[in-house]
Amino acid sequence: MRSFFPRYLLAVPALAGSLALLASNPNAPTVAPDPDNAGLKLPAGFGALKVAETGGRARHIAVTPQGIIYVKLNKVKDGKGILELHPQANGKATAVSGFGDYGGTGMYEKNGYLYASSDHAVYRYKLDAKGEVTDPTKPELLVRGLKVGSQHESKSIVLDNADNLYVNIGAYANACQEQDRTRGSKGIPNCPILDSAGGIWQFKADKLNQRYPDGIRYATGLRNVVGLDWNPQDNQLFVMQHGRDQLSDNWPQFYTEKQSAQLPAECLYALKKGDNAGWPYLYYDQLQHKKMQGPEYGGDGKKEATGNYIDPAAAYPGHMAPDGLLFYTGTMFPARYRNGAFIAFHGSWNRAPEPQAGYYVVFQPFKDGKPSGQWEVFADNFSGSVEKTASGRADHRPCGLAQGPDGSLYVSDDQKGTIYRIVYNAKK
Amino acid sequence: MTFKQAFLALALAGGVLSLQAQHRPAPKKTSTKANPAMAASLTRGAVVYKNVCITCHMADGGGVPNMNPPLSKTSYVLGDKAKLAHIVLAGLAEPIEIDGNDYKQHMPAQNYLTDQQIADVLTYVRNNFGNKASAVQVAEVKAVRATLPK
Repeated sequence: MRSFFPRYLLAVPALAGSLALLASNPNAPTVAPDPDNAGLKLPAGFGALKVAETGGRARHIAVTPQGIIYVKLNKVKDGKGILELHPQANGKATAVSGFGDYGGTGMYEKNGYLYASSDHAVYRYKLDAKGEVTDPTKPELLVRGLKVGSQHESKSIVLDNADNLYVNIGAYANACQEQDRTRGSKGIPNCPILDSAGGIWQFKADKLNQRYPDGIRYATGLRNVVGLDWNPQDNQLFVMQHGRDQLSDNWPQFYTEKQSAQLPAECLYALKKGDNAGWPYLYYDQLQHKKMQGPEYGGDGKKEATGNYIDPAAAYPGHMAPDGLLFYTGTMFPARYRNGAFIAFHGSWNRAPEPQAGYYVVFQPFKDGKPSGQWEVFADNFSGSVEKTASGRADHRPCGLAQGPDGSLYVSDDQKGTIYRIVYNAKK
Repeated sequence: MTFKQAFLALALAGGVLSLQAQHRPAPKKTSTKANPAMAASLTRGAVVYKNVCITCHMADGGGVPNMNPPLSKTSYVLGDKAKLAHIVLAGLAEPIEIDGNDYKQHMPAQNYLTDQQIADVLTYVRNNFGNKASAVQVAEVKAVRATLPK
């Protein structure tokens, strides 16, 4: 759920009526944060509560206009791959049911449909006026037969405003080497993975049984995208790429362990149809602000990349694993947050023996649909402590982001399955 | 392993156990103190671990959820040494499940390591992260390498 469209409200008068009532009621209870803000560190004026403990691998989440929370589980739990949580008066939520006998990551709600993905297919479920799935056992199969390997399996999804569905198909490799992740192994020329993965594919959001030939490769050269969102301000797709791993592991002659922990950047890209971000041939060095030739393709840590590849819109430190991206359109948070981006950094592993990093939600200010100004850590301490962040043994790992009808920010955690809700209670 | 060898191994293990039982107040690291070759192997193995394994399996041997398996108290590490050496030499392409968790990331072959380095690092892994198991010998690694295509 992103915003209310006036025509949508008009089309559903009963719903519009109840929503207007909610919005206009000055006595509506404000959601009380947990006394410890759910263990999170937040900017002044913000609070957080644990909405639910699902106990599952909670990947992406969606919140309907009625406040129902849908959680996609990475692995089926008790036969359910999607959990349905209903809001309570105190701001928390109760799991009422589950459905979908497949694990996966994608979960998105738009215009009365709930969209969900397994690691090789995309489904949708019709929602009724209460925001509940009408027939949980009979989803419509939109897309099937998507490539999946043993890494970067998540088929993250988002829709634009013209009934197009965008699906990440992650590259099932680190850098398209002859021998994956193997020291010194060269890159395969004209990386064959890019035919069917390593990019964003566009399908129709309302057409059944689509396969690769029915879609188009919207953008390529993207190693793996988990967090993605449609920017309503400039009507454009933004994605967060997981940058490549193991620069010093596999190319110790070119990179120190320290360089390998910082590089390459995790990149935010603004995509247009036909864009190529350059994986596996290049990576982005956020310290030099340059596109660098990958060592698998003749790079040496110093050689800049050549070719017609796009630059990132913004770049972040390496390996922090951006798994959620959300453009905030609500009015609950102070005005500076509106139309900016929240990014959930799942947290690193490929920084050892250097300390790990991430495990937090970042805010990236935007102006006129473009990143503007320095990013900042917004919600921290999902890990539980500085030591747990450094060791990578985090208690919680933020993954999915969603905006509630009142402008609350929901965050899922795929380590323990906690669902967080961040609210702003101070006077604006 | 033949039945005779297995019996011998069991008898040896029993002997070691009863030996330890007799020396109850003995300090923890009796076995390495009594065995300088193993102590040296552990020291060398720690270096290999830090240079090669730590990126994926992490400093505490706990691995990475959903990707790289933990090395503590798993049958992969504590079980058949030949199978363990095979994983290091040939890599592991298939996803595995440990305690209900899937680990899917492809492990690359580390066949550029010497037999000695592999024996050392496996001995190190089998005696760290809460593990306690016999040393891996160079000859055991060499035997596995001989079965692999050049």
